[in-house]
Amino acid sequence: MLRRNAKRGCVRIAIVDESGLRAAVLEEGLREAGFEDITLVPPRGAFVARLEALGPDIVIMDLGTPSRDTFEEMLAVSRALARPIAMFVDTSDEAMIGGAIDAGVGAYVVDGFSKERVKPILDLAIRRFNAFAHLRNELAEAKGALAERKLVDRAKAILMKSRNLSEADAYSLLRKSAMNQSRKIADIAQALITASELLGDLP
Amino acid sequence: MIPISAAFVPLTDAAVLIAAKERGFAEAEGIDLNLVRTTSWATARDRLVYGQVQAAHLLAPLAMAVTLGLSQQPAPIAAPFKLGLNGNALTLSAEFAAALDPVARNRIDDPIATAHDFAAAIGLHRRKPIIGIVHRFSIHALMLRYWLAYAGVDPDRDLTLRVLPPSLMVEALSAGELDGFTVGEPWNSVAVDAGIGEIAAVGPRIWQRGVEKVLAMREEWMESNPDLVDRLLRALDRSARWCDAPANRRELAEILASPDYVDGRADLIERGLTGRIWLRRDEAPVDIPDFLIFHRDAANFPWLSQGLWIYSQFVRWGFVKASAQVEAQAARVFRSDVYRRALAGSGTPMPGASMKVEGALESPLGVGSNRGTLMLGSDRFFDGRVFDPDRIAEYLAGFGR
Repeated sequence: MLRRNAKRGCVRIAIVDESGLRAAVLEEGLREAGFEDITLVPPRGAFVARLEALGPDIVIMDLGTPSRDTFEEMLAVSRALARPIAMFVDTSDEAMIGGAIDAGVGAYVVDGFSKERVKPILDLAIRRFNAFAHLRNELAEAKGALAERKLVDRAKAILMKSRNLSEADAYSLLRKSAMNQSRKIADIAQALITASELLGDLP
Repeated sequence: MIPISAAFVPLTDAAVLIAAKERGFAEAEGIDLNLVRTTSWATARDRLVYGQVQAAHLLAPLAMAVTLGLSQQPAPIAAPFKLGLNGNALTLSAEFAAALDPVARNRIDDPIATAHDFAAAIGLHRRKPIIGIVHRFSIHALMLRYWLAYAGVDPDRDLTLRVLPPSLMVEALSAGELDGFTVGEPWNSVAVDAGIGEIAAVGPRIWQRGVEKVLAMREEWMESNPDLVDRLLRALDRSARWCDAPANRRELAEILASPDYVDGRADLIERGLTGRIWLRRDEAPVDIPDFLIFHRDAANFPWLSQGLWIYSQFVRWGFVKASAQVEAQAARVFRSDVYRRALAGSGTPMPGASMKVEGALESPLGVGSNRGTLMLGSDRFFDGRVFDPDRIAEYLAGFGR
């Protein structure tokens, strides 16, 4: 049953997210901000039944999760729900709604829950979701950079062996080829490694 | 170039929007069309309602539900263009389908017999059948209700209707969480090809010219950008014509197959486009020429009567209480006036009227249009009922429920 909790000042928050890591990042932020009653509910199996038993005031959900249609249908048919819930309380705050959608934050709030109490929670969720996305991009970039460096190292080794070059000369040859063909050094390195494998000329 | 963002859900019937971008029809009208892929209908709806996109590929009944305040944040939504007709099917697990006619072809050819067989099978099944629908406010769910109610089934009492996004249906059927599902292509064909389901009914055999997805916009945005809306509709009209041409189906299937769009196998997507449908994996396919219509027969024209048919079904199933006020609100969703304005100078023939009695055409008929005669295909419902938009109460009284 979704309802407002009687105890004043106590907000019950549920976080529905397939990414356990992101959910944890958000939970940590909320706890730091002084919210205590937080439950993580992965959107699998009978998750709506769990939510009903929990009775949160606000459900924070990954906006893009495929489970949202399922979730909304259960809200529509469930007799246990005391009152309808609204996606956003303050629809006049377009900047916040835009920020939430861009960050992928969906929020379902028990109708009647005041917007002053929702705003800080939603703002925090937006910031944490964005920070998480940023972190993930950085991680992907770092992994990409490492992989590229390994490719270049292998290509250098092939050139050094087959053309008897120094490491510096091998690298400058790779770089020159890349510039002449307007391609990335890693691409040239990959092409060289492939050719070398085909010719059976591995160092 | 003016940018327009449009949300879509990965389905074959998003083709007209996708081809408008990929084949340059939008660009030719000075529109930089940005397509935003969303997995769930709720997300497509929210992006539209909260202004993150200007247009969306949307279930026609969902556009109406948002307008009537039945699906989260209420907002007046307008549908000035239909993205096609038909294209849905009902896929059942082999276990449940075993209760139907053993010849798969007979099942789709005789929907009356199949509805009765389905009704009889409900009590014999090991559990209350669980049928996946993509949304409470989807045409396929309304058609499933309409079809089974004919055989005395109360879909709310006798079935468990479970909502899942289209792309997750196959997995749920395979895991035994569902006994069947009704969804747009390619997901029926994907299930058949994997050998986990059999197509037991197809949309055009329930309603020969069924409404399906629409191009939805916020009414207020549509009214304040008439020139841009006209250009978008002209681009979509040309795109729809291109999508409908048999010679282009192979290329269209390849475009749709991309991970940016449907993200599936082109050969399976092609089945829905050509209407050559495999009902069961190891049997010969059947040809259903009207399986999915993108342009011909005024497919994109938003008949006001089609919008009102959806309203009638909302009333029938208790989603909304009948009233003159709600009916007037519902009648504003399908905007044939905007379609007429945008395509007045195009080569696309336009019907003389904006309302018709749905289900009254027993065979193809030429009707008056601005360019001589326009052929309309037969639009019968499988039970032979006709829907007169001027007599909705009488129509509804004719159903037990």
